[in-house]
Amino acid sequence: MSRRKTERLLSLVVCLLSTRRYLTAEQIRQAVAGYPDQPEAFKRMFERDKEELRELGIPLETGAISPLDEDVTGYRVQRQAYELPELRLEPDEAAVLGLAARVWRHAELAGAAAGALLKLRAAGIDTDDPDGTARQGIEPRVHTTEPAFGPLWEAVRDRRPVTFSYRAAGRSDPARRELEPWGVVNRHGRWYVAGWDRGRDAVRVFRLSRIEGAVRFSGPPGSVTVPAGTDVREVVRSWDSVPPREHTAVLRLRHGAGYGLRRYATGRQAAAEAPDAAVGWDTITVPFSDIGWFADHVASFGADVVVIDPPDLRDAVIRRLKGALA
Amino acid sequence: MSEPKGRGAGHAATSAERLQRLLALVPYVVSRKAVGLADTAAAFGLSERELVDDLNMLWCVELRDPDPYCPIDLSYEGGEIVISQAESIGRPLRLAVDEASALLVALRMLAEVPGLEDRSALSRVIAKLEAAAGEAAGPSAQVAVQVDRPHGDGVIGHVREALDRRRRVHLRYYVPGRDEATERDVDPMRLLVVEGRAYLEGWCRRADGVRLFRLDRILGIDVLDVPASVPGIARPVDVDQGLFRPSPGDVHVVLEVSAAGRWVAEYYPCESVEELGDGWLRVRLRTPDTQWVRRLALRLGEDGRVTAPGDLRARVREDAAAALARYASG
Repeated sequence: MSRRKTERLLSLVVCLLSTRRYLTAEQIRQAVAGYPDQPEAFKRMFERDKEELRELGIPLETGAISPLDEDVTGYRVQRQAYELPELRLEPDEAAVLGLAARVWRHAELAGAAAGALLKLRAAGIDTDDPDGTARQGIEPRVHTTEPAFGPLWEAVRDRRPVTFSYRAAGRSDPARRELEPWGVVNRHGRWYVAGWDRGRDAVRVFRLSRIEGAVRFSGPPGSVTVPAGTDVREVVRSWDSVPPREHTAVLRLRHGAGYGLRRYATGRQAAAEAPDAAVGWDTITVPFSDIGWFADHVASFGADVVVIDPPDLRDAVIRRLKGALA
Repeated sequence: MSEPKGRGAGHAATSAERLQRLLALVPYVVSRKAVGLADTAAAFGLSERELVDDLNMLWCVELRDPDPYCPIDLSYEGGEIVISQAESIGRPLRLAVDEASALLVALRMLAEVPGLEDRSALSRVIAKLEAAAGEAAGPSAQVAVQVDRPHGDGVIGHVREALDRRRRVHLRYYVPGRDEATERDVDPMRLLVVEGRAYLEGWCRRADGVRLFRLDRILGIDVLDVPASVPGIARPVDVDQGLFRPSPGDVHVVLEVSAAGRWVAEYYPCESVEELGDGWLRVRLRTPDTQWVRRLALRLGEDGRVTAPGDLRARVREDAAAALARYASG
């Protein structure tokens, strides 16, 4: 069954590529073996076959058979639209292509990467790196463990709006969102989708790991317009970036501890120079932006770090510590 | 509206997939001077028998109208494939949007990888592929993987140098979980770029094991005048299984976090995550070292609590009490 279908589809492709003029469905039925004689059965099978070819990316064209007979639809595939254009790669170029295909291994686009390599090999390109010297010791990978990645990529590719349930940071309940997706970006190892939030009437960025349940299309392909000049990386970057560090904290750190704070210190007084410091302690000044986040961070150092100033930071840290004691 | 398609892995080849293969097979042979059955079967991941079946199917294609003719003529006598007539399918099909995007997104990511010296090959192949893909290359601009740059280019340069010259390195490495700057000698194995972060994989002579070092946590690096010597028992990390795998000796930790602490479940690899209502989560994880969990518990304050093991919970209380004592006396 499946073999007969493969044979039929193969003949159909060759038939459609071999003609310059449009062929009617009836002409195709005559030329390609394997179609039933019964008109309704043929029509159904031919419709399915056309759909399969389109899904494979075969550019099936339809048009009028002749200017005099505009009611009769004909079919053809133009060689120029079908064929991969001439592509010649130097050995070093082909080698990085092989490395690129490995990036997606076991991730959402792995099949697509393998399909692309197959076609490039078919074009005479050898993507293997036989001596393995090109990139000794580099192993790049991207994972797409978030189930939302696949549907969102399809939505971005086909320009379709989506709806999904989203739990914003710190919120206890998820909310329904409708988004015109502009792109997906991986930043610091996390996937984000950026676009126009129809409910909020504003640009929004969502973390894929916080999407709960299924992502559904809420409009037909082509119904999303990405504003000209949109740089999705930049949209995600500006959403994710840390606000300027406008505040300054004075901290006392035990000797040999608090590296995670010392790295960002703008000022440091050795223990001996600080008049109020006990032996084995340093005093540093560190800039910070958000008091809540910074208090969390300082609290994580426990008894190794003490806030001297400002008082509201000191209070916030004490509150965290009391919470951990409870 | 239609449902998005799921991934369709793990099934026998469908007619469509076999058709794709057949359409690639003809140009594969046509574009090469001498093509053997065995090599071609290997290139397509087929047995020779399956390949011969594909070739027979191609040879049998027949168009019946107006006059019957066989558009493809080929032979594979003596183990060499010759296609003397390929008719209209002598060139491969264009790249689909997914295919062009998979390669272009990956290539652009590689172009950002610090220390990759083949930048010129990368930009050349990106330009050629964009040209060949034509319109199908468009949507790839809407997917991007950003690669973090380590602080200062000195670290990456030294890592590359050590890998290329196969030298041992001395690292001053920050371990945030213990808030320690550690000193160690490492025999480099690979540079991994996983999820946009760069890691040096190497044999750590202090731990006597394979370890990963995040490049942005390397405080100092010296390339030693000593050849790297990675023992035969060293097994590279399987990057496809995730970088951090639990091991049998790990401690089971159970944490409960409020809505404000839910980020914990995203940030750390968890064994299970359970909703407790009101936005609270119960998170189970395994770790060889609980020091970082104590620090995490202090950071979370009232937004989290360690519920198991009991002694870890007691340590968190001690840590918090000791820290509070500094404020009481100060």
